[in-house]
Amino acid sequence: MSDLVPNLALGFSVAFSAQNVLLAFTGCLVGTLIGVLPGVGPIATITMLLPVTFGMEPTGAIIMLAGIYYGAQYGGSTTAILVNIPGEVTSVITTLDGHEMARQGRAGVALGVAAIGSFFAGTFATLVVAALAAPLVRVALLFGPAEYFALMVAGLAFAVVLARGSVPKAIAMILVGVLLSSVGTDLETGVERMTFGWAPLSDGIDFAVLAMGVFGFAEVLRNLDVNERRDVVKKPIGRLLPTRDDLRRSVAPILRGSLLGAALGILPGNGAVLGPFASYTLEKRIAKDPSRFGRGAIEGVAGPESANNAGAQTAFIPLLSLGIPPNAVMALMVGAMTIHGIVPGPLVMTKNPSLFWGVIASMWIGNLMLLVINLPMVGIWVRFLEVPYRLLFPAILLFSCIGIYSVNNSVSDVFLSAGFAVAGYALLKLGFETAPLLLGFVLGRLMEENMRRALAIARGDLAHIVQRPISAAFLALAVIVIAMAILPAVRKRREEVFVE
Amino acid sequence: MTRTARISWKLLLPLTAAAVLSAGVARAAYPERPITMIVPFAAGGPTDVVARIVAENMSRTLGQQIVVENVAGAGGTTGILRGAQSAPDGYTIMMGHMGTHGAAPAVYPELKYDPTKDFAPIGLAAGTPILVVARKDFPAKDLKEFVAYVKANSEKLNEAHAGVGSVSFTTCSLFNSLLGANPTRVVYRGTGPALNDLVAGQVDYMCDQIVNLVPQIQAGTIRAYGVALPARSPALPEVPTTVEGGLPEFQVSAWNAVFAPKGTPPEIVKKLSDALRKALADEGTRKRLLDLGGDVSNVAAQTPEGLQKLVESEVARWNKVLKATGQAK
Repeated sequence: MSDLVPNLALGFSVAFSAQNVLLAFTGCLVGTLIGVLPGVGPIATITMLLPVTFGMEPTGAIIMLAGIYYGAQYGGSTTAILVNIPGEVTSVITTLDGHEMARQGRAGVALGVAAIGSFFAGTFATLVVAALAAPLVRVALLFGPAEYFALMVAGLAFAVVLARGSVPKAIAMILVGVLLSSVGTDLETGVERMTFGWAPLSDGIDFAVLAMGVFGFAEVLRNLDVNERRDVVKKPIGRLLPTRDDLRRSVAPILRGSLLGAALGILPGNGAVLGPFASYTLEKRIAKDPSRFGRGAIEGVAGPESANNAGAQTAFIPLLSLGIPPNAVMALMVGAMTIHGIVPGPLVMTKNPSLFWGVIASMWIGNLMLLVINLPMVGIWVRFLEVPYRLLFPAILLFSCIGIYSVNNSVSDVFLSAGFAVAGYALLKLGFETAPLLLGFVLGRLMEENMRRALAIARGDLAHIVQRPISAAFLALAVIVIAMAILPAVRKRREEVFVE
Repeated sequence: MTRTARISWKLLLPLTAAAVLSAGVARAAYPERPITMIVPFAAGGPTDVVARIVAENMSRTLGQQIVVENVAGAGGTTGILRGAQSAPDGYTIMMGHMGTHGAAPAVYPELKYDPTKDFAPIGLAAGTPILVVARKDFPAKDLKEFVAYVKANSEKLNEAHAGVGSVSFTTCSLFNSLLGANPTRVVYRGTGPALNDLVAGQVDYMCDQIVNLVPQIQAGTIRAYGVALPARSPALPEVPTTVEGGLPEFQVSAWNAVFAPKGTPPEIVKKLSDALRKALADEGTRKRLLDLGGDVSNVAAQTPEGLQKLVESEVARWNKVLKATGQAK
């Protein structure tokens, strides 16, 4: 800890070189752009830009690639707010209230709060990474398969709570999501499950394919329903900067979101995806009037957006200090570092201090860049909404198709996505929320794999999962959360009865 | 950014020169446009890294850019199938590996290509040696003790691997079958998470490519027992080989090799093969591969004929090993 100041000073001296600042700027700009294009995620972009970095020195290359990653996270939220398409898993939640705000003509405020929250969370997470990278990894190592299984169960319990409307419908959607996640070749036996012998399904369904179908395309279909008359277009764009009242409402959610996101981001099993969900659930639970959520509550944007950004950064902790990537983007970072002759691992901090601290310092610079790039450009993004929908939707469809294709260079993914679009549209019409489905999908696979691992290690003894203190705590949390979800419903029904 | 710009100019100059020269000839010589190299795994993995390093040098020799396209899926067989079915004109080549051109026929009964018949082999690129590693408090000080302990207690042990058909799975199948061991095999989605649980001591041992393990071994968070090669690896000179450790039968490397679709004209195969050998002989490229723990010692297999022999012997070997462990279908 006492080394923190000289270490950060070293980092900033590296990151503030003209070349590295320029690279951070380029990365953030490119990242924001691709984040805004629906479907083209950071993985595809980093893959495409990897060869460009061959000629650079490693620190600059990593700084630029990291910039793309944060930029894309932020850009993904922009599309979530404006066109209801989550660019990344972590911006699924932002669609709930962010897009609702856009429909009410408050798109500018939603984008502004997202930018401010992200900047604060980014600054906070940079400090966390700098101060606690090494000790926190030891905590993360306490998480074995049993703990992950329990964490995922708790995550699914959150999913029930955050759904709007009927609880049984939400549970049904989660289960469908879990079911979809089990499609594909079984890792343990190599047997294909629910693929119907169709080769493109043998590796399971890609998140991007499912999300684009049930969220993106289905939203386009729904908007076409309303006969060219998209309610958003008629509404004034509204101010770009949040009002004093908005800020007052957002401060606490930003603080809580940053803490939650940073904590969950450290977990090596891609815990970062849980951050925004956890933050949203928390805000909704402690709100004086939970019914505002899902109807354009600014807290529902501020909290998850901060959690999202904090988690994106603390996800670097397992990579930089253990050399073990927690998610696909980080795995790509490992590849990028390896190509540059630096094998990420516990020794990077001592062997390449200027790279290690330079990358950390550049995180903060990257966040500053995002604020600088995005606040003045909020107006441009919002203007997207003024484009007549008949012009906008073919463009969205086109970019989405390109984006899906670029994930695996596969045409069948595009068709699969079209199929999910029809299903997603039908679900919307029948009053089912698709967010719990997506969450069930993301967490279901992790839950199944970890449960099987835990049981294999314990030779089939279920008690093993319940007896370990951390997993027991998460399972208890899940039970409490579910109980809380059901109780108010019971209470409300009682009240209705009383009124009658 | 300026450095990148300078380098792309360096690349562009010979390109322009080549373009001017070839314009004078009646029929342009191969290659006259960029070549696609299909890597059947996600970007950033060991095969992808080897492919990108080799492709960069080959591009300079051929005077055309080799563009790496990652087509992941089904243990690499999706990308290889696409490569095998593309036009045999030398503009689509692929980076196959031990799994796709060795173990795949035993693991995937409905495999739609035959590694020994449906390709025009170009040459072996680089292998990454396989290492047996265990959690850091494993009660064995060397490979001999490790082998004895695993033999005696295998039912109680947990071995981590990255899914049926993966390198860690197939190579550890060989290891287990040599020992007659029957551990509980715990599956992970990728070797990263598996390694995480090995560092945390949740599982007991695993087999994996050296490139993934070097930093953990140097930091002392896991223990290395043996490199499955005849000679020690320059990336980890302190780790003995399986020959030294008394298990010489455990010889295996996750090799990566360049293939073209069957029917590619022999003069194009020769041109590609020459470019590949030139890349592997290049000091800089060689050093980058060695730094990763890569192995470029099998010179015999760097030719089309040598690679064909390697593929045939590997398909036969894995068929036997995986059948014996009951994993082949």
